[in-house]
Amino acid sequence: MKTFVYIDHFKGEMQPASWEALGLGKSLGPVSAVVFGSGLDEIIKSAFEYGADEVFAADDPSLADYRAEPYASTLAALASSQSPDLILFPTTARTRELAAMAAVDLNTGVLTDISGLEAEGDQLVATRPIYEGKLLEKTVCSGKPIMATIRARAFPKPEPDGSRSGIATKVEVKADALTTVEGYSASESAVNLGDAGVIVSGGRGVSNNPTLQPPDGMDEKQAELWRAQQGFALITELANVLGGAVGASRAAVDAGYIPYSHQVGQTGKVVTPDLYIACGISGAVQHLVGMRNAKLVVAINKDADAPIFKQARYGVVGDLFQIVPALTEAFKKKLGK
Amino acid sequence: MKIIACIKQVPDSEAKVKAEDGKVSWGDAPLVINPFDEYAVEGALQQREAQGGTVTALCIGPESAKEALKHALAMGADDAILISDTALSEIDTAGAARVLAAAIQKIGGVDMVVFGRQTLDNGAGLTPAQAARILGWPMLGLAGQIKIQDGSVTVDRVIEEGRQTVSAKLPAVVSVVQSIGEPRYPSFMGIRKASKATIPVWSLADLGAAAPEAVVRRTELMSPPPQDTTIEIITGDSPAEIADKLVDKILAEKVL
Repeated sequence: MKTFVYIDHFKGEMQPASWEALGLGKSLGPVSAVVFGSGLDEIIKSAFEYGADEVFAADDPSLADYRAEPYASTLAALASSQSPDLILFPTTARTRELAAMAAVDLNTGVLTDISGLEAEGDQLVATRPIYEGKLLEKTVCSGKPIMATIRARAFPKPEPDGSRSGIATKVEVKADALTTVEGYSASESAVNLGDAGVIVSGGRGVSNNPTLQPPDGMDEKQAELWRAQQGFALITELANVLGGAVGASRAAVDAGYIPYSHQVGQTGKVVTPDLYIACGISGAVQHLVGMRNAKLVVAINKDADAPIFKQARYGVVGDLFQIVPALTEAFKKKLGK
Repeated sequence: MKIIACIKQVPDSEAKVKAEDGKVSWGDAPLVINPFDEYAVEGALQQREAQGGTVTALCIGPESAKEALKHALAMGADDAILISDTALSEIDTAGAARVLAAAIQKIGGVDMVVFGRQTLDNGAGLTPAQAARILGWPMLGLAGQIKIQDGSVTVDRVIEEGRQTVSAKLPAVVSVVQSIGEPRYPSFMGIRKASKATIPVWSLADLGAAAPEAVVRRTELMSPPPQDTTIEIITGDSPAEIADKLVDKILAEKVL
């Protein structure tokens, strides 16, 4: 089994699931890392340390910004010349596109967002969620190479070994960009929910703190947004103490309380943290499908009948504006922070 | 502007989906337009309003998928086409992309194709980029905003790291996310128009296309392992006491 692992990064910032993919590849045999971009020395070094036996690098200014077409063409050409049996990717916005397009060029298929991969006889069988995680399917790809994007946190992350090093093999760049990157703005609060071990989420309820008096001169909507900001500040504090990320329900995003990138649920992110704390979230189906595979769910809501409690292991029926700060303090104390 | 909105019909999100005899069953839950594709129709209609032109809804599915197309018509799409063929029941995403691309070529003169981010059933999210690749058109994925000017399209792409502004010459393929704007409700006029509409059905022969062979296949269908749904409600005399008890419980679970 000859495995390639595509290392995904954004302007040099790693997608951690890339290393999980490398670990998975390593468990199947020799593994080559594939990395595209500009100024890749650090990533190449890390790829060797995380276990790559070989690194293929297309390090070129024309690849500085990810663009689907040249990345897909470069990958497809590399795969044609090297004939790997399997190409693994972390599942990200970029790799879904890139794998999709390269698969068209190579006349093969992509197994997306897989949470398991096993050899059965002479074929590789992947497990992946379908119907929003209501079902799982086992799926195979009869093309070559088999391409698969792995779900973040589904496979163990290998330990880097600082004594490993090597020289990257240069990859020929296919420059056939059809798009132009005009600009980029980081989200006000960069968030990577897929990789988070802990997520503290807020819902519509975060704006309902009656004890807060908004500053003078705000109209009703401004006051609501101001209240929501104060509410999310409490949630952020708790998330910070736990080293986690801040999530939100669709209702909170639609109301303008927090950017879309924080949204957990059907039209947002599907997440699988070890701990998910839902604050002021009633638990619409659209939200539940996004977080039901968290290992431990804790819900805080003032409505004892809120559906979120049906999904939770522990619940508090109460005022999140009192409970959340108290939780932050209690965690600080008990975690020695 | 000639805009195509590609849609799919899927079981409603509230449906209790189960594995039955190796097949997916959703009981008597209704089939609806894929919720992500409602945003595609919305995005297409916004551009028609800004630029003039037409929006055509395009769908692969059985005869009953006409209901999803009717929803797009009721939202305001000008016309709809169903691609239906018994040879299409087991296709994979690349196969679907090939068939859609053939239909888009047959329609001709198309400026922009809009997809939803992914479908609710398979959820792979590969078809938009694969259709773009097959057409040889630029792919602008995960757009939260679309602007068209002087034969170019510029989108704000919503990715893990923030927002990226990307542009390309038309014709292009765009996939949209929720930030594009809440899908409009079908109007009474729209519903009436949709109910009277005749939706043409194209077969593979009409497209001059061969049946695509599936490279990706399902070998087994499973229900996820049952979850422990017993809940313990933590109570106490003060928020501090509740928090104290709850933190002990969480720490005892050893998930941190």
